[in-house]
Amino acid sequence: MDSVVLLQRQLVDYTAQLFNEGFLDDQFNQLQQLQDESNPDFVVEVVTLFFEDSERLLNELAKALEQQSIDYRKIDAHVHQLKGQQLQKVCIAFRNYCEERNIEGCQKCLQQVKNEYSLVKTKLETLFKLEQQVLAAGGSIPWPM
Amino acid sequence: MTTHINGSWELGAKMTALVVDDDSINQTIHHRLLEQLGIENQVARNGKEAIDIHCSGKKFDLILMDRDMPIMNGIEATRKLRAMGIRSMIAGVSTRCVKQEIQEFMEAGLDDYQEKPLTSAKIISILRKIHHSGSISY
Repeated sequence: MDSVVLLQRQLVDYTAQLFNEGFLDDQFNQLQQLQDESNPDFVVEVVTLFFEDSERLLNELAKALEQQSIDYRKIDAHVHQLKGQQLQKVCIAFRNYCEERNIEGCQKCLQQVKNEYSLVKTKLETLFKLEQQVLAAGGSIPWPM
Repeated sequence: MTTHINGSWELGAKMTALVVDDDSINQTIHHRLLEQLGIENQVARNGKEAIDIHCSGKKFDLILMDRDMPIMNGIEATRKLRAMGIRSMIAGVSTRCVKQEIQEFMEAGLDDYQEKPLTSAKIISILRKIHHSGSISY
């Protein structure tokens, strides 16, 4: 099989896998629709922003939980900013722990959130790498996926 | 000049919009969504910036107002804009879905409310309201 076609097939299959596993949803399709010749890197730009923002938030959350006198309202406000369908249950639990002023519960949730973001980041980096490989081989990204 | 909405060209001056949101991802996506619909737009990072932009004399056909922002939130900013006599279409945008919280935001002076994430379809439904009410400012 032509190497470009093979790579494109890999890309399509991997993208479908990420959708099935819930790492991607319709918002990803929306982002792709906003990408065109005038904004060729839009998806990567937004996803990069997402990870920069998330890292900053997670660092602030960790710092807030280390304080002598914990400001649970501040923590709750940060948790409210976390994005991601898969994190919904954890975020609800996180906000409940904030209300209960349960520091161990908060710390447990923070770790879960960190693990999830790390996993999503790895998956998306793999996806973008595959896209680059397709383009480098002279192919085009099969869109919409 | 023509405005392109949902595949059909409509005669009129180019529409303008103001995106008011503290989140850089939402700013980027909403700016691009509007841009793709042919709507000239700029971004304010919070309610106070939105007020300041209007005080400088700028006006917009559409304001997309986030609810939760530092310095000045969307509810306060909406109230202030209405008190200043701003009659632009203001659409509240938020992740909040509790009826009471939506009601509180609407009562501040919104014309419409949309849950995040915004999509082209949601923006087009807001734009249709502007056209029906004939409240475009030039």
